[in-house]
Amino acid sequence: MSATKPSRSLPISVAVNGEQIEQEVPTRRLLVHFLRDDLGLTGTHVGCDTGNCGACTVHLNGEPIKSCMLLAVQVDGATIATIEGLAPDGELTPLQRAFNEHHALQCGYCTPGMLMSASALLERNPHPSEDDVRVALQGNICRCTGYVNIVEAVVAVGASGGSA
Amino acid sequence: MLLREVEYARPSTVEEAIGLLAEHDGARALAGGQTLLNVMKARAASPDVLVDLADLEELRSIGFGADGNLEIGAMVTYAQLTASSEIEVARPILGEVAATIGDVQVRNRGTIGGNVCVSDPTNHLPPLLVALDARFTIRGAESERTVDAGDFFRGVYMTAVGEGELLTKVSVPPGTADTGDGFAAVTIGRHGTCIVDAAASFSADSPRIAIGCVGPTPVRATAIEERLSGGDFSEQSVRSAAEGLGATLDPPSDVHGSADYRRALAETLAVRAVLDAASRRKG
Repeated sequence: MSATKPSRSLPISVAVNGEQIEQEVPTRRLLVHFLRDDLGLTGTHVGCDTGNCGACTVHLNGEPIKSCMLLAVQVDGATIATIEGLAPDGELTPLQRAFNEHHALQCGYCTPGMLMSASALLERNPHPSEDDVRVALQGNICRCTGYVNIVEAVVAVGASGGSA
Repeated sequence: MLLREVEYARPSTVEEAIGLLAEHDGARALAGGQTLLNVMKARAASPDVLVDLADLEELRSIGFGADGNLEIGAMVTYAQLTASSEIEVARPILGEVAATIGDVQVRNRGTIGGNVCVSDPTNHLPPLLVALDARFTIRGAESERTVDAGDFFRGVYMTAVGEGELLTKVSVPPGTADTGDGFAAVTIGRHGTCIVDAAASFSADSPRIAIGCVGPTPVRATAIEERLSGGDFSEQSVRSAAEGLGATLDPPSDVHGSADYRRALAETLAVRAVLDAASRRKG
């Protein structure tokens, strides 16, 4: 869609976790609020709201981005994947199981963002080194774990087959 | 965060974008949004109209112009700079430095055009592009002009891009056998906010050195450039050429470092950048 006339509300069409959504949104609405408040996908968290913490990370056309740093209208025509899309039938992915097995979360607030960043990494690089993982997760802050178990969990997925 | 109400347009041509920017007072171009949306949240900027450049495909390409220069569209992201084979061949330093900006998510959205148009003194690309002798193409409704890096960066958050104008591309001379580019920075954390950075670029006869984060805009280290014009790039020579650089600077003091600390860092990082650049000359 091209909108050549400035407007305060626009219809958007976006695929979210495989479902095509058509909806009118106010132009000032951030993507994270569209996902949480309009679509009820509250697995995507708001942490800092300043683009630092990464709790709101989702995939935009397969790439991890921070959904508090985009307007909902900017994703018109795009494909979005959120944490709810990782295990749609409830069976955990190898990455989610690895987080469980390695005790890679404590309070869990950062975990959706961590999983979205880590799953994007494993798509690109199925067997990441510890350094690869640390670089990939640089935009995701965890205040509980100290990161060690999170990094171990992601490396372990790569070492044991590499599917996110 | 609820933003103040803002109108939004997503033009499909550069002409339409420039028309929208010229037509509406308080219109701002929206590139990757990794700075602009944050300053809008903080109410530090409150544009009335956002002109989203996302659909302007001609601003997303990396290629070589008829004059052989590397041409980078203003909407090229940091991730694209890092992955580009053209950058790798012509000026690999651009990809290497882009890979240290922000984090993966920010690099997927943030653009070279946004980075330079923000003209934040802590950004890495301004001093690097000064050292690389980049040219900036600015298009308005009536005409297009090209300015060099010295003219482009005017102050903190200020550039040569005027109202109703759009930065469309950044051009960099292609590397030759004599070229070598280097960069060094001290940041808060591995890829965090910059305290001081330095970039150096050698071509056949003239080294260009720029220091960032020590003033509103990048500072050319012309005294070092002149002292090195003899062609001796040994560590000892470079160290002695950089002596006294700090005393010529008037950097800010803040919570991350005092002015004196920045003066000391400027000398150290200038030496590192020059030695890095010299070691990468192919000739």
